[in-house]
Amino acid sequence: MKWILASLMFAALSSQADTFSKEDVARWQGEYDSVAKYGRTLWTNSAKIKLGTNGVACAQCHPNGANSHPETYPKFQKQLGKVTQFWEMVNWCIRNPLQGKDLQPGSKEMTALIAYAVSERKGVKLEPGKH
Amino acid sequence: MSFKFSRREFGKAGLAAGALATLPISLVRLAFADSAQDFTFAYISDSHIQHIKGKEFVRNWDQGLKRAVAECNLLLPKPDFVIYGGDLAQLGTKPELDHGAEIMSACKHKVHYVMGEHDYYLDLGEYWSKLFGPHTYSFDHKGVHFVVLNSILTTDEWTFKRWPTAKQRMDEMAGLDNPNGSPFMVGEKQREWLKKDLEKVDKNTPLVVLSHSPLQKIFKNWNFWTDDAEQVQAILKPFKKVNVLYGHVHQIQYNKIGNIAFNSVMATAWPWPYPQSYALAESHLPVLTVPMNRADPFFERDATGWQFIGMNSGRVNATFQLPDNDTRKVAYNTKTDKPEDVSFQDPAKRIPPQNHY
Repeated sequence: MKWILASLMFAALSSQADTFSKEDVARWQGEYDSVAKYGRTLWTNSAKIKLGTNGVACAQCHPNGANSHPETYPKFQKQLGKVTQFWEMVNWCIRNPLQGKDLQPGSKEMTALIAYAVSERKGVKLEPGKH
Repeated sequence: MSFKFSRREFGKAGLAAGALATLPISLVRLAFADSAQDFTFAYISDSHIQHIKGKEFVRNWDQGLKRAVAECNLLLPKPDFVIYGGDLAQLGTKPELDHGAEIMSACKHKVHYVMGEHDYYLDLGEYWSKLFGPHTYSFDHKGVHFVVLNSILTTDEWTFKRWPTAKQRMDEMAGLDNPNGSPFMVGEKQREWLKKDLEKVDKNTPLVVLSHSPLQKIFKNWNFWTDDAEQVQAILKPFKKVNVLYGHVHQIQYNKIGNIAFNSVMATAWPWPYPQSYALAESHLPVLTVPMNRADPFFERDATGWQFIGMNSGRVNATFQLPDNDTRKVAYNTKTDKPEDVSFQDPAKRIPPQNHY
């Protein structure tokens, strides 16, 4: 009886391990894509939520996310005097050109903005610290 | 070297008060045997005056245009006239165009205006015309024939049939990277006008063609592009000295195709990335171009600016006034027969901020 219980527990544990199917992979990719898509609507100021107060959109200076360079972060930002994360620079842009308020780093909106910016750099190699 | 610099600092009492007294504005002057055709004009472009609500406008873009106008008024010798290169407004509304016109009214010189897509696609340039005149025209100045084209037109289907409202049409065209936009073109009607206009012009007369979009194909995704560029270039081909000046790209570009020299002008509002910064699409930045420095976003005016143009023996020399950054000069080199940056053309002389990726 003990042996049977142990083998049942083993079976139960193994079914919880991280094995996944092609369908799972497709679903997860879809989850990411939909968040990146929401990021694009925020980036272009076409989402319901506005990041700033003056109508300026991220895309006005950064078409296709260009020149935001998420692949180079974290990196030393001389203007801030420290190694900085990408979201800190996103918030800098929201506060200044967009005249808005900081987003929480883990917020739905910040995650979406980062997901979008990174999606536009797909295939570009990581170069942390690069200027 | 066939050219010399004459540097003119603005230290004159009364003229250059306050912070402007320190502006290092200088003129590039090329010495040629025939100086009769030599003159200067200033070029301001892409201010994107953006309405928030009521009497509020985006301060940052207002400041760019105000500064350009103030500096331009200090130029000595005085420019013969000013070109405004298009995209005065962001979404083509009456408040934006009125506000832009009001800021421009401080300019002490005669201004010739060029149409940009941000001025056009709300009412197809109707209100703009009331303020500034025709979309397409030409004039002669000191032996040079100037032509202004509306190069931001597109297909009738896109313009008249695709969008439920004029506002949506404007919004769709205003997004630089919006795949719902449409390639710019000069169009058959204007090309015919151009042919007729040039019939009476001697082939030795220097031409300056002013358009908002580049009359060459650089990057389609962001409309650094004019769809019928080759057809326009073919009309210009019989002339010995042709210069095309364009805005739209918010960055320094220059090129030479056959007899046609191309120079872009800066935006007063904000800079745009060079096309090669977008890794997911193919682009063709002219090989001649030494890029401007990458923008430091912490300096609001960095990588924006305006320029004055020296016309020397029928060729264009552009001096870029770049706040918070060094002045750049792209002059026509008569030895190589190309526009070249006077400081950085040699690859060995380039600096890290000119590396865009």
